[in-house]
Amino acid sequence: MLNDSIDYLISFLLDYWPYLLGVGLFVVPAILALTPIGGPKLRRSFVTAVRNLWLHKLRSFLSVLGIIIGTASVIALMAFGEGSMQDALDDIMRQGATNIIVVSVKPADGATSNRSFVAKYGLTYQDYERFRTTIPNLVSAPLPVRSFDAVVRPVTESKVLRSRVVATTPHYATIYKLGDMIAAGRFIVEADESPVPRNICVLGSEVARTLYPGEDPINKVIRFEGKNPAFTIVGVLKDRSPSTSGPDIEKYDTDIYIPLVSSRALLGDTTFLRSSGQRGAEQVQLSQIIMTVETMEQVRPTAEIAGMQLDLFHDAAKKDWNVKVPLDKLEDAERTRDRYRRQMAMIAGISLLVGGIGIMNIMLATVTERTREIGIRRALGAKRSDVTFQFLVEALVQTTLGGLIGVGFGFLIIWLAPPIGHYFSNHLPTKVHQPSVFMAFFAAVVVGVLFGWYPSRRAARLDPIEALRHE
Amino acid sequence: MSAIARVVNLQKTYQMGSELVHALRGVSIDFEEGDFVALMGPSGSGKSTLLNLLGCLDRPSSGHYYLANQDVSRMDDDQLSDVRSKYLGFIFQAYNLIAQYTVIENIEVPLLYQGKVNAQTRARCVRLAEMVGLGKRLDHRPPQLSGGQQQRVAIARSLINDPHIILADEATGNLDTKTSEEIMTMLLGLNEMGKTIIMVTHENDIAEWARRVIRLRDGHIESDVRNKSIPPRHVKGAVA
Repeated sequence: MLNDSIDYLISFLLDYWPYLLGVGLFVVPAILALTPIGGPKLRRSFVTAVRNLWLHKLRSFLSVLGIIIGTASVIALMAFGEGSMQDALDDIMRQGATNIIVVSVKPADGATSNRSFVAKYGLTYQDYERFRTTIPNLVSAPLPVRSFDAVVRPVTESKVLRSRVVATTPHYATIYKLGDMIAAGRFIVEADESPVPRNICVLGSEVARTLYPGEDPINKVIRFEGKNPAFTIVGVLKDRSPSTSGPDIEKYDTDIYIPLVSSRALLGDTTFLRSSGQRGAEQVQLSQIIMTVETMEQVRPTAEIAGMQLDLFHDAAKKDWNVKVPLDKLEDAERTRDRYRRQMAMIAGISLLVGGIGIMNIMLATVTERTREIGIRRALGAKRSDVTFQFLVEALVQTTLGGLIGVGFGFLIIWLAPPIGHYFSNHLPTKVHQPSVFMAFFAAVVVGVLFGWYPSRRAARLDPIEALRHE
Repeated sequence: MSAIARVVNLQKTYQMGSELVHALRGVSIDFEEGDFVALMGPSGSGKSTLLNLLGCLDRPSSGHYYLANQDVSRMDDDQLSDVRSKYLGFIFQAYNLIAQYTVIENIEVPLLYQGKVNAQTRARCVRLAEMVGLGKRLDHRPPQLSGGQQQRVAIARSLINDPHIILADEATGNLDTKTSEEIMTMLLGLNEMGKTIIMVTHENDIAEWARRVIRLRDGHIESDVRNKSIPPRHVKGAVA
């Protein structure tokens, strides 16, 4: 427990030391300045600045509003970006960044050369065998998956349910990390495959709920419409979060899992399609083959080898396969994030520029308004640098406070956005991007110095005699 | 009495548009330590220019200004600021207190720019505030005070750095007769305690309080006389 927190602290320090250093460089002198070490001049300048701000509450607020909005929007927008990015990354990691997924693709109409009633295409058991025996660097045997839609009917009930049948091997549980996802019973095991293929199945949570509400589905028996063999239920899975990356959302909870060997022996490779009035059949031996390599560096070369093999053994004209690399998506996602960050930096720059102009405008008005005060201070011994310093402190106090309020607002938005998004049935994930918080705050402070500089110099350059005469 | 301030052949010209204005055309005066001098003259006579030069708010075009035997006429801006905060006290017609500051903070300002503010100087500020009769209003701000009270704060402020000279520019210009008299009594009291005071005024009855009256006209000294009549002291002792 203690070790964990120390580890966390160390990793945090390693990740964010530049920002912590920055905070230290700013905050420590600021605190020291207010102690006797800072000297009376700085302390009085600071107190005067705060008093003047308080004296013109509304005006001060309006003048730093730009800074507040700028800081808050940068922090909030970065958090939105990070949130959706994190979602995508999590999803990719679930799919496995070291995975290579080869899928069957239905060729475009007309591309199929044979005009038979049954469309034959896609990955074959031969492909699988070739992969298993020739592809290097695999962590384990490739995972074959054949999935098809089927109407399921419990033997003892009259209900039916259209669902997806996933015929696969016990290895599926490893690739999809089903370890603690079993709600009841078990997943497919090797004994289900040999010596004799067993007619057993595992239900997704949704299937179990629909077919057997309030009942224990274990040891109940189902059939697939149009097929004779009955399958005994040996396990039920928990709810699994759907995969949301890419255009299509893959839901796992309506799946029914059976051993691939049983599917092949008892159901065959042909699926009859009855959707939308069309009659037809497809013969697809395997819908996908998932291979896992040892390191991310091996992903691309291995995918290339797999592609070359498929090129060799499949008809080039119809191209009925595709190799997908989740790692590509990871890199896509990272590229998108980098682009997003650059855009954010630009927006941040613009909004802080606008904020800075607001500060400068008010500062110039303030200098004019307080010309006489400047004259008095000069007559009583203030040097030009003292006057510059005082106005600069005022600008800094404004932008620092503005920055802090902005950070507060930013966090408020980050905190409120997900529930509000949920209310309007949108998914609005947020994740605080810590560097952006520090950067937005420091940018606000720096804006104070940059845009406070000119008005402060102008105040300092006033002729004391003229300034004293000013009404 | 030795000279605390000496101006020698002081000249000041301004560029005003295309015109060159000769505000001072060679003025030489010795100001003695502990003296009470009134500078008089019509507007445009150069009295304000002279006061600004004496107050180190401006530099002469030519000539010299020795303040406590130090030639300040060639000093740069920062050095002049230093001289003002250490050796000069100012009292203005419009009081010129800082509105956001309390009485005590206003008195403290010159010390602030010398960088020496501490518990001791704070106690000194309180003593001066008490001396000018504002001991019960230390935390008041200028807008809460009457004109006379504000001018008394200004007097306390002009004393905080124990200056060589107190410069008063029409110090009673904004006050009624009774309050003016109070302020003048206070200044006279300070003078009797040894303070050198130079004041600009255009009112004869105010100038009568001074020991020496210098009249300027067109940038020259028109007259320089010691007051024969002893200054009126009917409120004597009010300041002690």
